Amino acid sequence: MKPFDIQPLTQRFPFVHADAFGNALIVPAKNLVSIVEWIQASRLYLCDTLSNVTGVDFLPKVIEEEGKDSEGNSVKIKKNIPGYIEVVYHFYSIELKRGPLTIKVRSNGRDNVRLPSLMPHYRSAEFQEREIFDLYGVYFEGHYDLRRLLMWESFEDFPMRKDYVPPNDNEYEPIASRHSGGDA
Amino acid sequence: MHTPQDDVTSDELEKAGVLVTSIEFIYNWGRSNSVWPVQFGLACCAIEMIATAGSRYDMARFGAEVFRPSPRQGDLLIVSGTVTKKMAPQVVRIYNQMPEPKWVIAMGACAISGGPFKNGYNVLKGIDRYIPVDVHIPGCPPRPEALIHAIMTLQDKIRTERSIVEKDRSNPAYGKTSREFPVPVYDGHDLKPPFNPDVWKPPSMTV
Ligand code: SF4
Repeated sequence: MKPFDIQPLTQRFPFVHADAFGNALIVPAKNLVSIVEWIQASRLYLCDTLSNVTGVDFLPKVIEEEGKDSEGNSVKIKKNIPGYIEVVYHFYSIELKRGPLTIKVRSNGRDNVRLPSLMPHYRSAEFQEREIFDLYGVYFEGHYDLRRLLMWESFEDFPMRKDYVPPNDNEYEPIASRHSGGDA
Repeated sequence: MHTPQDDVTSDELEKAGVLVTSIEFIYNWGRSNSVWPVQFGLACCAIEMIATAGSRYDMARFGAEVFRPSPRQGDLLIVSGTVTKKMAPQVVRIYNQMPEPKWVIAMGACAISGGPFKNGYNVLKGIDRYIPVDVHIPGCPPRPEALIHAIMTLQDKIRTERSIVEKDRSNPAYGKTSREFPVPVYDGHDLKPPFNPDVWKPPSMTV
C-alpha cells in the first residue's frame, strides 16, 4: 500500500502539523471529528477503515532550557511540561489502496481526559475505544457504550498509565521491592 | 498403602484362581482409571491439553479421555493456562460445582505461579492461592507427555489414598460434605481476598 499524500489535508486544515518524525499528524481535539468527516468523504482520501486506535501516556516532566535572567546572564530555566494522553488513530483507504494515515490527538492534562469518540463514524472504534478507556482512562464523548473491556467493572485504576502501581501480590521475588520503594 | 495385591499370599491365591481384595482397592482402582476431566481451557497450555486428548498422544489409554462439558460431571480440573484475575472467581466457582471427590492439576508455569506474566497486574500468581492443587506440572507449555505423566502421578495418588474408613481419610475430598471454597470478589484494585489463607500461605522470607 502506498502512503497518503498529506499535502491536501494540511492545506485544507492549516493548523494540522506533522509530529517530530514526520509520519503522523497532530490534530487538535476539537477539530478531530470535522477532519475525520472530511477524510472519510474526500475523494483524495476516502478513508473507509479505521484499523487501529491506541493510547500513549506522557507523564509531566521538567526540562531545563537556556535562558537569560533579568540581568542578562545566561542561566538554566526549569520548565514544567504538563503530562497528557495521546490517542493515535490509523486510517486506511481500501478503496484507494492507500494507508496508513496516522492521526494523533493530545489531551489537556491527564485527569478526567475527555476526547471525541469516532464510533459514530467508524464502527471499528467501538471496542478499541473501550479498551483505551479501560487501560488509559480516556472518556470518549459520544461513544454509545463506554464500559471497561478487559478489566472488571468495579476496577478503579487505569493500568497502562505510567504511574499505575500494581497490587503487590508477589511472594518474594526481587520485583516485589520495586513497589515498596526499593530499586527500580 | 498396603493392598492385598502386594501381599505374597494373595499373589499365591491369585495363581490358584482366588482373588482377595478390599472394597477400598476396588474403589480407588475404578476411580483412578476413569478420571473425567472438565473440558475447560484457559490459554496456550489448553492447546497442549487438546493435543494430549487427541489421537497422537491418546490420553484415553489412561482412562481420562472423557472431557465433560459440565463441571457437574467431572472429577478432574486441569487448570491449563493463565488465570487472569478476572477469570479466577469463575475457576473457583467451576471447582466448587464439581462433585466430590475431585482433583486439580495445575498445568504450566502460568497456572502454577503466573509464569511469564507473573509481574502483570492482571494475572493471578498461581491458582493454588484459591483451590488446592494435587499435581503441578512446570513447563511453558508442558509437553503432552508431561500432562500424561501428571495424570499418571494423580492416578498413583488416587490409588494410595484411604477413601473408605472415615477416620483414616487423609484427603478431605472423600468426606461426606461437599467443600465450598470462597469465591474471590472483584475489588477496586485487586481481588478480595488476594488468596485463601486456608489453602495457601505466603512463603516466609528470610533476607
Ligand atoms: S505456561 Fe506458557 S504455554 Fe502455558 S498458558 Fe502460560 S504462557 Fe501459555
